[in-house]
Amino acid sequence: MRWIRKNLVVIAGLLTLAYMILPNLVVMAFSFNRPKGRFNYSWQEFSLDAWKDPCGVADMCESLSLSLQLAAWATLGAVLLGTMIAFALVRYRFRARGAINSLIFLPMAMPEVVMAASLLTLFLNMGIELGFWTVLIAHIMFCLSFVVTAVKARVMSMDPRLEEAARDLYAGPTQTFLRVTLPIAAPGIAAGALLAFALSFDDFIITNFNAGSTVTFPMFVWGSAQRGTPVQINVIGTAMFVLAVLMVAAGQIITNRRKKTATA
Amino acid sequence: MTATLTKEAPGPVEEPVLRKPSTRKRLVPYWLLLPGIVWLLVFFALPMIYQASTSVQTGSLEKGFEVTWHFQTYWDAFQEYWPQFVRSLLYAGTATLLCLLLGYPLAYLIAFKAGRWRNLLLVLVIAPFFTSFLIRTLAWKTILADDSVVVQALNALHFLDVTSWLGWTEGDRVLATPMAVVCGLTYNFLPFMILPLYTSLERIDGRLHEAAQDLYASPATTFRKVTFPLSMPGVVSGTLLTFIPASGDYVNAELLGSTDTKMVGNVIQSQFLRVLDYPTAAALSFILMAIVLGMVTVYIRRAGTEDLV
Repeated sequence: MRWIRKNLVVIAGLLTLAYMILPNLVVMAFSFNRPKGRFNYSWQEFSLDAWKDPCGVADMCESLSLSLQLAAWATLGAVLLGTMIAFALVRYRFRARGAINSLIFLPMAMPEVVMAASLLTLFLNMGIELGFWTVLIAHIMFCLSFVVTAVKARVMSMDPRLEEAARDLYAGPTQTFLRVTLPIAAPGIAAGALLAFALSFDDFIITNFNAGSTVTFPMFVWGSAQRGTPVQINVIGTAMFVLAVLMVAAGQIITNRRKKTATA
Repeated sequence: MTATLTKEAPGPVEEPVLRKPSTRKRLVPYWLLLPGIVWLLVFFALPMIYQASTSVQTGSLEKGFEVTWHFQTYWDAFQEYWPQFVRSLLYAGTATLLCLLLGYPLAYLIAFKAGRWRNLLLVLVIAPFFTSFLIRTLAWKTILADDSVVVQALNALHFLDVTSWLGWTEGDRVLATPMAVVCGLTYNFLPFMILPLYTSLERIDGRLHEAAQDLYASPATTFRKVTFPLSMPGVVSGTLLTFIPASGDYVNAELLGSTDTKMVGNVIQSQFLRVLDYPTAAALSFILMAIVLGMVTVYIRRAGTEDLV
């Protein structure tokens, strides 16, 4: 009993973690299921069919590749625009700074349906055809604020003396930016990019309103929830989860090695 | 090497050294801001204006819509759908509270007790992000199905008798009840609570805990008087990041709920995309926005942390 009381935080924390991981384990387990009927919600028998033929469902892999492209372009756009804004906000004093700060905060403080619906009214009123481009515009819009916040945090904790030192050593403005400023800001930009990619790839609500007949991967999953869920969806979900964990693990190992060589 | 250099640098530098700028240099920030701000003005602010104008239009899809300053739509929409508004706020509020209760121990564990497991735990918090959230939400259909282990266990413990009495579940079912929707909401927004909590907890100087102990504070008192107050910025931004999106969500209510658990998001979605009654949909979405922004403003004032962003 005393042991439980002493480790209460650990136990509670691990229980929460179990709650968070449980659906992922279910998704993984059901990727090996052979369902009876259209829905993959109850366990029938073990099978590797879906893993052997992950793209065997009509239109699923097309939607997946569309989502990946969309996320890549949205990330690129949001990172470019967002990094510029972040630098301007941290490095310069100018009028309207407060107003711009709130303009950037608002999209994050707005329920997604509201943004989705208002964009739809804009596109409808302007007679713009819904599709890939309207979705891309929307994704860049809502990823922008998150990129600004991530980059801003990093640039704010940067020591301006490093750039002064570069200038003292006769580095030109471009050289200073490329060889000092950008490398130091890189982790913030990378964090912003990762966040933008994940947000864009996973977005459903805004996409659902503004995609017209374009089908992204989340929209395919949504549709399949009504029509019948193919096991391949679980395969893709599992693969993404495993891939993400592996990527982070690899990154961790690389930074650990670097730390070791740096201290040695 | 760079990492150690920046670590030793003096705290956050809000205002770097400024030199006397020339006219060209003075325009630099504006050029930097221009593309992004134009993007936000055209695709975030302008749409709000269009939506405002749509909400005071009358007409039909066949005959076309026209601005008639028909504010009555707001009142009608609110009268017809206030149960969905109340439900949204109730579900989102409950989910936020549950996220805080569940998320705090985990954030605390990662920040103070995890040691070399810290990075692994952080990865496990973030990794679910990469399996599409719709897929994971569908997985709850399996977990909460009538014949699932979880539901049978809750039933055996007579837990469902209690929740049914409270109106959260129905009989021995969990799926298609308010509890299922809140469970899904809590699950989906937990990372948004844990990460800000972790960031603010991690910043706390461990020596403060030692100092509290030296002054004979019990662990509970240390938590109440030192740790929790210092983690307030994380609590505030975590609750906002959870409550705001949860209040407008319609995915959980659609996939895990029934017609009796519809939230405002579901109504807005169906009015916009199925019924095509744009004025009502726009009015509903503005009412939701007003309620949320109002609550957020009051909350930030009362919590006293205005340096959120």
